[in-house]
Amino acid sequence: MTHLAFVAVAYALGVGVPLAFALTAWQRAAAARRKLAAIDPRGQRP
Amino acid sequence: MSSSPNRSLHRFANPGQFLRLSGAVLPYLAIGAALLTALGLGWGLFVSPADYQQGDAVRIMYVHVPAAWLATGGYTGLAVCSAMSLIWRHPLADLAAAEIGPVGAGFTALCLATGSLWGKPMWGAWWVWDARLTSVLVLFFLYIGHVALVRAFDDPTRGYRAGAILALVGVVNLPIVKFSVDWWNTLHQPASIKLTGAPTMAPEMLWPLAIAALGYTLCFATIVTMRTRAAVMERRIRGLLMARAASDPGA
Repeated sequence: MTHLAFVAVAYALGVGVPLAFALTAWQRAAAARRKLAAIDPRGQRP
Repeated sequence: MSSSPNRSLHRFANPGQFLRLSGAVLPYLAIGAALLTALGLGWGLFVSPADYQQGDAVRIMYVHVPAAWLATGGYTGLAVCSAMSLIWRHPLADLAAAEIGPVGAGFTALCLATGSLWGKPMWGAWWVWDARLTSVLVLFFLYIGHVALVRAFDDPTRGYRAGAILALVGVVNLPIVKFSVDWWNTLHQPASIKLTGAPTMAPEMLWPLAIAALGYTLCFATIVTMRTRAAVMERRIRGLLMARAASDPGA
C-alpha cells in the first residue's frame, strides 16, 4: 500500500475521534442517570 | 392561536418527552452508526480500488469527506437549534445547540486533520491558505467560539442567547465553504458529487463513500442525542438541588 502511514493515521483518527466522543457522552449520561436516581429515587427514570 | 404543527413541535421539545423518545431510538441509532461506519470504512480501506494517480492515499477520502459533510451539516443543525431557541425559546433547543457545538468542532478538526494528511503526499504541503481550507478553519473557529460563549456566562440563558446569535451570524460562512472551490481558484479539488448532475466518481468508490457518510451521520446523531440526554438530566439535577436548598435554607 502506498502512503501507508498517512492512511493509517487518518483511519485511526477517523475511528478514534467519534469513539472518544461516544464514550465520554455515554459516561456522562450514565453518571447523570445515577445521580438523578440518588437525588430523586421516586422520579420516573427514562 | 398556534398552529397544529407548532403545537406538535412544542410537545416534542418537552424534555421529558425527549428523554422517553430518545431512549427508545438511541440503541437502534447507535447500532446503525457502528455497523454502517465499520462497513463504509472497511470497504474503503480494504476493498475499494486505489486511484490511478493518487494511489492508496485516496482511501483517506472515506474519512475526510464524511467528516467535511458533517462539519457543515452539524453547523446547519446548530443554526436551526439556535433559531428555534431565539424564536420559540425552546429549552431543549438551547441544550441541543450547546451539545452540537463541541461535537461539530471535533468533526471539523477531524476534517482538517485528515485533509492535511491527504494534502501532504498529494500537494507536498500539510497546509495551504486556499479558500476551501481557510473557510473550513473559520468554521472550526466559529464552533470553538460558540462553545466558549455558551459557557462564558453565570446565567446559562444569557450564554444560550449569545451563542445562538453567533451561530446564526456564522451561517454566512456555510455557502462560502460550499462554493469556495467554484468562486476561487483553489488547490482543493471541486466537488465530485453534486445534487444537480451525475457524480464524477466511479461506483466502486461512491458506494463505500455513501455508506461511510451515512454511518458518520448516524454517529453524529447518536453522540449529540446522548450528550443532550445527559444535559437534560443534569439540568433536572440542578433544579432538584436548588429546590431542595430553597426549601431547607439552614442545610
